[in-house]
Amino acid sequence: MGTRHSADGRPIPWPNPTTRPFFDAARERRLRLQRCPRDGFFFYPRSRCPRCLGADWEWRDASGRGVVHSFSVDRVGHLPGLERAVPYAIAIVELEEGPRLTARIVDCDVDALRVGAPVEARYEDVEDVTLLHFAPRSA
Amino acid sequence: MGRRAAAVAGIAEWKPLRVWDRPMFTLEACAELAALALEDAGIAKDEVDGLLIPPLQDSPMFGPSAAAEYLGIPANFGEVVDLGGASGAGMVWRAAAAIELGVCETCLVLCPSVPPPPAEGGTRPGRMRMPAYLGGDAWGSPQGAFEIPAGMVAATPSFAQVAKRYQAVHGLREETLAKVAVQARHNAQSNENAIFFGKPIGIDDVMRSRRVCDPLKLLEVVMPCFGGAALVVTSAARAARARHRPALISGFGEHVSHKSIAYAPDLLDNPIRVAAERAFRMAGAARDAIDLASIYDCYTITVLVTIENAGFCPRGQGAAFVDERDLRWDGGDWPLNTHGGQLGAGQPGLAGGLGHVTEAVRQIQGRAGKRQLPHCDLAYANGTGGMMSEQVALVLEGA
Repeated sequence: MGTRHSADGRPIPWPNPTTRPFFDAARERRLRLQRCPRDGFFFYPRSRCPRCLGADWEWRDASGRGVVHSFSVDRVGHLPGLERAVPYAIAIVELEEGPRLTARIVDCDVDALRVGAPVEARYEDVEDVTLLHFAPRSA
Repeated sequence: MGRRAAAVAGIAEWKPLRVWDRPMFTLEACAELAALALEDAGIAKDEVDGLLIPPLQDSPMFGPSAAAEYLGIPANFGEVVDLGGASGAGMVWRAAAAIELGVCETCLVLCPSVPPPPAEGGTRPGRMRMPAYLGGDAWGSPQGAFEIPAGMVAATPSFAQVAKRYQAVHGLREETLAKVAVQARHNAQSNENAIFFGKPIGIDDVMRSRRVCDPLKLLEVVMPCFGGAALVVTSAARAARARHRPALISGFGEHVSHKSIAYAPDLLDNPIRVAAERAFRMAGAARDAIDLASIYDCYTITVLVTIENAGFCPRGQGAAFVDERDLRWDGGDWPLNTHGGQLGAGQPGLAGGLGHVTEAVRQIQGRAGKRQLPHCDLAYANGTGGMMSEQVALVLEGA
């Protein structure tokens, strides 16, 4: 299984050799992305660039800033272990570097959240792995 | 015009049920559905030489050979189609293509979705439950690392992202989405097999229903249930000698672009744009010539963006289209999902997706009973799988 559950019942990532550098950086409060010399940044971590299938990418530190591309406030709690944490916001965040990713938006008033809202990375250590969330920032 | 090499000759469809009263193994369900569909078509089992199935619970490997052996059908074409809600429509065009190429002549398209009998000493099968992780928790699956821990599980949170993005980019009143649910329920009142037969709703019911994932509310979400559906697809020549009016498969298209919604090339420009364009061009048919739209409707938003991206209105005009059109079977100016769709009839797994095809065939064959459209020679049917990630378009035409 590629998803483990924490002691409190939440699904947490199980890093593998390809994704390990991302999670190691997150442990140090850094957002690291792969960058292809031809096609730029991509996400999620892959063995090859999804545009050109080149393998000459490098890990680069990213700004950790982005905007909410879209989101939804989950009011029933589809995520195991978070049923009692409703309502919570799940977003597609568009990073400054270009790629989009999925993250919860934390430390926010979910009813005030808007598409286009500027957000920045937040990190949460859960057992031996670190989750990447985002939170509103002033533009 | 169009390919016109193959046609749907017969259909089978079980009444969707929340609690299934006849548990059976998937292979058994395939046999039941095959017998029903062949009887409906008036085609002998010995004529079948093609089998199309979804991944089978009780034969997760070597599915086609397991089905060939169990059904006693030595096949010249055996295919497992794994396109989620687009699987049924995806099987139809694969069957048509194989038939046109001369690989086989008569195919069974099988979509069983029933619970197995309990193991000896076990308990009765419970209610339908969607597996929240949808296979994304396999070791090495990117979804297991980057989507599931963030809460992008099951399907509703993903489709809600599409709706929220649509609201922000084009503007979308929640009442517009509610109308899709209301008119689906209206159409379901013409279908005694529908889960929500006898239970019409109004806009206020939808607006007041429980908020699930903003902006989607409970009555905009399909009801998962059990059931099954099947088709007999055969050559146009063989279909012409079968029991019913052939529903020719005159155009088809498929497009698969992403798995998780975050990585969709564009949340509002869905794979159906490519698939429908190919299907209509292949059929040589105009969008405004269709008599029936049979559009996959796992959620209200799915219908709206599919109408738009399949080219029935300009980009950004999907909400206006839904507002302005009447989607009802009885007197609507753009009849949609005359059986009630999955929003009205229920979602019996992959059979719910195939249900959009069986209804189009029924209408073309003049067998829709009370809800029969006065005129149905050309129908558009589609399937949507995953998170708006894999879509199939079909243009069906009465012979």
